[in-house]
Amino acid sequence: MAQTAGNKAGEQVPTRRDIIRAGVGAGGALFVVFGIPSIAKVVQADAGATARPAPAPAPAPAAAAGPPFMPSGFVRIDPAGTVTLTMPQVEMGQGTYTSMPMLIAEELEVELSQVKLAAAPADDKLYGNPLIGFQVTGGSTSVRGFFKPLRVAGATAREMLIAGAAKTWGVDPASCRAEKGVVVHDASGRRAPYGELVATAAAVAVPTDVKLKDPKSFKLIGTSARRLDVADKTTGRAQFGIDVRLPGLLIATVAASPVIGGKLRSVDDTAAKAVKGVRQIVRLEDAVAVVADHMGAARKGLAALAIVWDEGANAKVGTADVVATLQAATTQSGVVAERKGDVDAAMAAAAKTVEAVYELPFLAHTTMEPMNCTVHLRKDACDLWVGSQVVSRARATAADVTGLPPERIAVHNHLLGGGFGRRLEIDFVTQAVQIAKQVDAPVKVVWSREEDIQHDIYRPYYVDRLKAGLDAGGRPSAFHHRVTGSSIMARWVPAYFKDGLDADAVDGAAGPYDFDNLLVDYVRREPPAGLLTGWWRGVGVTHNAFMVESFIDELAQAAGREPIDYRRALLARQPRARAVLDLVAEKAGWGAPMPKGRGRGVALLFGFGTYVAQVAEVDVSPKGEVRVSRVVCAVDCGITINPDTVRAQMEGGIVYGLTAALYGEITLKNGRVEQSNFDNYQALRINEVPAIEVHIVSSLEEPGGIGEPGTSGIAPALVNAIYAATGKRLRKLPIDGRQLAAT
Amino acid sequence: MAYTLKINGRSQTVDVDDDTPLLWVLRDVLGMMGTKFGCGMALCGACTVHLDGQPVRSCITTVDSVGTGEITTIEAIGRTPAGQRIQQAWIDLEVPQCGYCQSGQIMSAAALLAANPRPTDTDIDDAMSGNICRCGTYVRIREGIKRAAAGGSGRTGG
Repeated sequence: MAQTAGNKAGEQVPTRRDIIRAGVGAGGALFVVFGIPSIAKVVQADAGATARPAPAPAPAPAAAAGPPFMPSGFVRIDPAGTVTLTMPQVEMGQGTYTSMPMLIAEELEVELSQVKLAAAPADDKLYGNPLIGFQVTGGSTSVRGFFKPLRVAGATAREMLIAGAAKTWGVDPASCRAEKGVVVHDASGRRAPYGELVATAAAVAVPTDVKLKDPKSFKLIGTSARRLDVADKTTGRAQFGIDVRLPGLLIATVAASPVIGGKLRSVDDTAAKAVKGVRQIVRLEDAVAVVADHMGAARKGLAALAIVWDEGANAKVGTADVVATLQAATTQSGVVAERKGDVDAAMAAAAKTVEAVYELPFLAHTTMEPMNCTVHLRKDACDLWVGSQVVSRARATAADVTGLPPERIAVHNHLLGGGFGRRLEIDFVTQAVQIAKQVDAPVKVVWSREEDIQHDIYRPYYVDRLKAGLDAGGRPSAFHHRVTGSSIMARWVPAYFKDGLDADAVDGAAGPYDFDNLLVDYVRREPPAGLLTGWWRGVGVTHNAFMVESFIDELAQAAGREPIDYRRALLARQPRARAVLDLVAEKAGWGAPMPKGRGRGVALLFGFGTYVAQVAEVDVSPKGEVRVSRVVCAVDCGITINPDTVRAQMEGGIVYGLTAALYGEITLKNGRVEQSNFDNYQALRINEVPAIEVHIVSSLEEPGGIGEPGTSGIAPALVNAIYAATGKRLRKLPIDGRQLAAT
Repeated sequence: MAYTLKINGRSQTVDVDDDTPLLWVLRDVLGMMGTKFGCGMALCGACTVHLDGQPVRSCITTVDSVGTGEITTIEAIGRTPAGQRIQQAWIDLEVPQCGYCQSGQIMSAAALLAANPRPTDTDIDDAMSGNICRCGTYVRIREGIKRAAAGGSGRTGG
């Protein structure tokens, strides 16, 4: 059985220094494996990252003597034959701890059951995401970014092992082959397991032009290989950041200023200090932490504090202030993101114009594992145990806070109990290190659910204005989408925020359609200082798919056309989009009559390199209660690495998107987030979940992402279905059932 | 004060305040990390354990309320027939994604199956709607319970 040992604290992972010591891979192979595009270098500089590795933990004793074979940062084979694959991308449920090993194992010729996995340490050079430029798991980029590099890493190692065996045997490498972790020379019947070849392979020059398999001959890629992390996730053995145990570990929990941007004025800790098990009260500029022997005592101590906050500039801020600013801004012209033809002329010449404004609320992420980070700070070194989507940034913030050089900081990354974009942020890491500076012991800082919801970094509030001109046949001869909201890029990766334009905010803003006259523009408006907006599963595509697919449905209605036919007519040059649309229509039984109060809605999108079409079926009661009974999803993600993972991601993505569409809304009153736990920030539960069917298009196109597109299309499919059921068009999420009640 | 708890067939003594939730006794005092913290208010089910075979939310179950009850956690649920079948179904169908909520899901599902070897969809809704999964594995959770129930045909649950 494969192990996911890499998520355990203290697991040894190869570092750059190890690899150089091993005598291979310091030159050519690394550059072959890490073809980072030029934009990436800019980004990397912005991230404040360093190229130097964290100090390696003490090596685990090997069963057989001698250094391991490490032809790249990904593959390590020790003399005992253990194959350890170091995962550049983190596992947060999306299946990377299976798909990434599959890519390597396909070319390395090992069975998945033979490999052991390790989490990568902080190292942008070795483990940077080729599509983004530094160590990031997000944007549905793992398979897209690593599809080639990991196969090259596997093939490079395989070729070196074969060359080592051939040299030992005095035969032509071309007469040898590899299978299941063994090099075989058929002519003589000789066989050598990889472990026996470690020393000879390490002496072989690193090949720079390994040949990759033709996708048609893949044996592992394309199969529903078993997930490597499932067994531990059914027995309680899987280790998340919150599960770290260390000698002398103390537990802390925190209250940050409930008013966003507020500061700590004073705190009376007399009662808290009297709680059994409470060790210490830590004061930060904007928060108080209670440090205790266990979380029960820390929580009791926190509740006993009498805190006075300096509420600051946001003390009177409410949601309405944010919305009014955005609504005013959306009437002003913005920075042009895309322009084709002449929208003004086409709009003026149109037989009919249609205009609508849509709104999306602030959203929290509510990962099931609340934010947490464990820190052991000593005079000259610091260790972090965390589940992060941005490991090198976690290290960078620890370096900033402690003043230690980055190479003195080791990040032990873990399985993530949900990411959804929340763990692309390091605010909770920064805070944990600030607390650790005042604590003379290792300390695990765990947020309550309330803290997690009220101090999230929220999906932006958007107010978008869409306008189209229809020709005499009802076809959109002009299409204008004005996106209005805050910029995540400007804060998170300034290099991608150029000339006032946020590339994410406008991603997918014209859908997959062919428009002759098109204008997409962007008006940036930030919420009050201190209220940060960030990535949320599906990012720009999720926001824009809601706007565009709702509006296209409105256009079909205005044109008196059937929604799928109307879309199909706009996809003459988009065969893959047309194909998923046709597939979903067929599988959903589109067009079959439905009883009163029920309806079907469709949405189509291209995002993350993947085409998705979804049909939702809803039942709306006379009281306005919405029940989603069935969702049919067609997906073309190019070459499929693991079909069952694709299905799982579509199922889960749909549930995540439905939760937001039905319930998700963060609101502000007097500068405070009003929601606090799962009672008032609800999640879809099993009794509300529709039947979900996923149909995958067989394809040999470049692989697309699958973590996010499933989430992106479901909200518009839902509002379009509600329209079909009731004749009522909802232009704002979450769904307000009161608007749907029969009058 | 000191409490002696029966956990997974073993007696363990801890010295904590009487209102300390069982969740923190398990995790932080005894180092049993399989039971998870999700909300602290019995809203999400991540902390579900069995007390005398009944599913309870350990985040609001105070240590002084446990008495001589037998506590079973995810670490030992595989020793019961229902727990074993649920775990196997979870593996067969690859139910978990991030996996964080799954200890609680499995504990709720095992309790359901032990009490009701042939649960209907409504039974499943009733027993499982206290457990949130943000990855959205619900479709497979339902299938998993049905598979575990079918796999136990001719036998009584746990």
